Amino acid sequence: MSVVLADLAYWQETTIRLLVGLIAVLLPAGTLVYLFLFKMMSFMQSRLGPMEAGPYGSLQLLAEVGKFLQKEDIVPKAADRLIFKLAPFVVLISTFLLILVIPAGPDLWFIDVDTGIFLGLAVSSISVIGILMAGWASSSKYSLLGALRATGQLIAYELPMVLAVVGVIIQAGTLNVQEIVMAQATGEIFGFGGIGNPYVITQFVGFLIFLIAVQAELTQPPFDMPVAESELVTGYLTEYSGLRFLMFFIGEFATAAIFSALAATLFLGGWYVPGLEATDNLFNVIGPIVLLGKMLLVAFFIFWFRFTYPRFREDQLQQLAWKVLIPLSLVNIVITGVLKVVF
Amino acid sequence: MSDTADTKQMAYIAAQAADARVNLEIETEGMTLNIGPQHPATHGTLRIVVRLDGEQVISAEPLMGYMHRGYEKLTEVRTYPQVTTLVNRIDWLGSFANEVPFILAAEQLMEVEAPPRAQWIRTALFEMSRIANVVLFLGDMGVQLGAVTPVFFAFRDREFILNQIEAVTGGRFHPNFDRIGGLKDDLPKGWIDETRGVLKRIRNFCDEIETLVVGNEIFQSRTRNIGVIPADIGLSYGLSGANIRSSGVDWDIRRDGGVGLVHNELDWKVWTHPDGDSFARFWVRLQEVRESCTMIEQILDGIPSGPVMAKVPRIIKVPAGEAYVETENPLGIMGYYVISKGDLTPFRVKIRSASFNNVSITPWLLKGVYVPDVISILASLYFILGDIDR
Repeated sequence: MSVVLADLAYWQETTIRLLVGLIAVLLPAGTLVYLFLFKMMSFMQSRLGPMEAGPYGSLQLLAEVGKFLQKEDIVPKAADRLIFKLAPFVVLISTFLLILVIPAGPDLWFIDVDTGIFLGLAVSSISVIGILMAGWASSSKYSLLGALRATGQLIAYELPMVLAVVGVIIQAGTLNVQEIVMAQATGEIFGFGGIGNPYVITQFVGFLIFLIAVQAELTQPPFDMPVAESELVTGYLTEYSGLRFLMFFIGEFATAAIFSALAATLFLGGWYVPGLEATDNLFNVIGPIVLLGKMLLVAFFIFWFRFTYPRFREDQLQQLAWKVLIPLSLVNIVITGVLKVVF
Repeated sequence: MSDTADTKQMAYIAAQAADARVNLEIETEGMTLNIGPQHPATHGTLRIVVRLDGEQVISAEPLMGYMHRGYEKLTEVRTYPQVTTLVNRIDWLGSFANEVPFILAAEQLMEVEAPPRAQWIRTALFEMSRIANVVLFLGDMGVQLGAVTPVFFAFRDREFILNQIEAVTGGRFHPNFDRIGGLKDDLPKGWIDETRGVLKRIRNFCDEIETLVVGNEIFQSRTRNIGVIPADIGLSYGLSGANIRSSGVDWDIRRDGGVGLVHNELDWKVWTHPDGDSFARFWVRLQEVRESCTMIEQILDGIPSGPVMAKVPRIIKVPAGEAYVETENPLGIMGYYVISKGDLTPFRVKIRSASFNNVSITPWLLKGVYVPDVISILASLYFILGDIDR
C-alpha cells in the first residue's frame, strides 16, 4: 500500500487507509457471520437458516444491523456510565490494531515493522481490558463473573498462543510478518520448492496449539465460559443492548476473522499461492482474495468446533492451558530450535 | 457411593475452613447470586438463590411458586371429565401421562374398568408421551452444557412422535383424550404402521445422541462424578423416576405394582446405573427412551380388538370414597389422591408430582459445586416447572 500511496497527500492517504481498514475488518466479519453462523450452523442443525432477506438470506446481515440500530441504548442505573459506554470501543480498538500487521500482498500492508508479529500479539490482549471494563461497569453479577472468567481465560491462553508462534519465528528467523510470508513462499522442503514451505507442515503442533488458543481467545465453544448463556445469561454482554451490543458482536467476529487470517499468514503461506514468483505484481491484486480464502479455511475449523462441542468448566479449561498446551508448545520450541541448528 | 460423597463433603469442609482463615485476614465476603426466576437455564421460572464464594456454591436454596396455577383447588369446581383438561398442563411435555393416574383413580372410585383395548392404547400413548418428553431432555442437556446442536435434532425427531399423538387424539400437546372407562376414540386407520416407522426414527435419534453427546469427552468430563446422589440420600429426599434409578435403586412403578396399564404383559427391562451422577441420569433416560420404543412395538403387535369404552353413565357422579393412584410418569412418580363426596366434582384432589420432590434435593446436592455445575446438575435432574408448581 505504501507504494500505491507514494504520491498522495497525507490526508488523502489517511482517508484511504481508514476506508481500507474498515473494509478489511467488516467484510471478513460479515462473511464469517453469514457463511458460518447463519448457514453452516443451520445446515449442521438440519434447518435452513435465514432465507427471506435476499437470495438465500444473503441480506440478513443488513436486516440484523438495522434491527440493532433501532434498539434503545440502555445503560443500567447503577452502571459506571462512562466506562460502560467506552468498553465496546476498547474491544474494537484491539481488533482494528490487529489488522495492521497482516500483509495482503507483496506491497499491500498497513504498517511494515520489524517486530510485526510481536506487535500483533501484544495488541490482541487489549480486548481483555475492554471486557473487564464492560463486566465491572455493568454492575451486574453475571457480567462481573463473565468478565473475570474472560480475563483468567485470555491470560491463560495468551501464553500457548505466543509460544506456538515462537516456533514459526525460529524457523523463519524474523519477527516481520511480511518476511515470514516471503520465507514460506521461497522456502523449500528437502530441496523441493514447488509449493514453497508453508509452516503448517513443519509446525503442525504449533498450528494446532495456535488454533486451540485462538478458539479460547475468541471465547467460542468449547471455551465460551465468559459468555456461557446457560449459566451467566451472556456474561459481560448481559447489560448491553442496541449499538453497543452490535459493536461487541462485530468485535467478536472481526477478531475471529483476523485471528484466522493471522493463522493463515503464519502457517499457510498468507497471500502466496504456489506457481507464481513471490514478488509477482499480480499478488497485489489476487493476494487479498487468496488470503480471504485461506482465512475462511481456518475459520471453518474454528466454527466447526464451535457448533460441535459442549463447553469446558473453568478449572478444566485452565488445566488444559497450563498442563497440556504450554508444556507441549515448549517442547515444540525446543525441537524446532534443535532442528534449526542441525539443518 | 456414599464414600465418595463423604470425601467430597469433607474436602469441601476443609477447603471452607482454609478459606475462612484467609477471609478473616483479607475480609472478603461471599456473593449472593439469583439464578432465576428469569434465567435461560431454569427453563421456566424456578429461582435458585446461591451464595457464592468465588465460583463455588456455599449454599443454594430453590424458591418455587412463580408459576403456581392452583390446579388442586381448580379441580374442586370442575366435573371429573373436565379435570383432564387441567392436569394436561402440569407436565406439558408429556401431557397424556398426566391424565392417566387421575382417570385411573376416578375409575377405581367408580369401580369401572376400561376394556383391554383401551388399556393397551393408553399404555402406548403413555409411553409415547414419555418419548416426547425425554427426547427433549436428551437434546436440552447439550444446550445446558453449551452444545447447541443436539437440541435441534431433538426437536426434529420429537415432531414425529407428536404427529402420531395428534393423529390419535387431535392435540399435539394437550390431548385430553382419556375418559373415565376408556378412551374418546379408537385408533385411526394406518396409524399402527406409521408408528412403526416413527419408532425407527426415534431409535436412530437415540443412536445419534449416543455418538454425538454421550461419547464426547468434554460431555463426560462435565458430567462424570458431578452431582453424585447416593441411593439412601436420594430415597430420603423422595426422588423418583430416572433420578433414583440412576443411583442404583431398581424401582419402577410400571413393573412393581402399577395398576390399570398393561406394562406387566410386555417384555422390557428397568435400567439402572450404579454411579448416581449427572452422566448416569442422562444415560438411564437414554436407555428408557429405547425401552419405551420396545414397549410400543410390542403393543402395536399385540393390541387386542374390542371396544374402547366401558359402560359408564352419561353424567358422571363418582361415589363417595378415597383413592390414590400413582404411575411412573416421564419425570418420576405422579400420584393423585382423590376424595369424593358423591358429587359431580371431586371434593379434594392432592397431586403428587415428581419434579417437586426431585428439586427438593438441590440444597444438599449443590453444596460445594461450581457455578457451571449448578446448571448441569439442574439440567440432569430434569424438572418441568409446571410439574413443580402445578
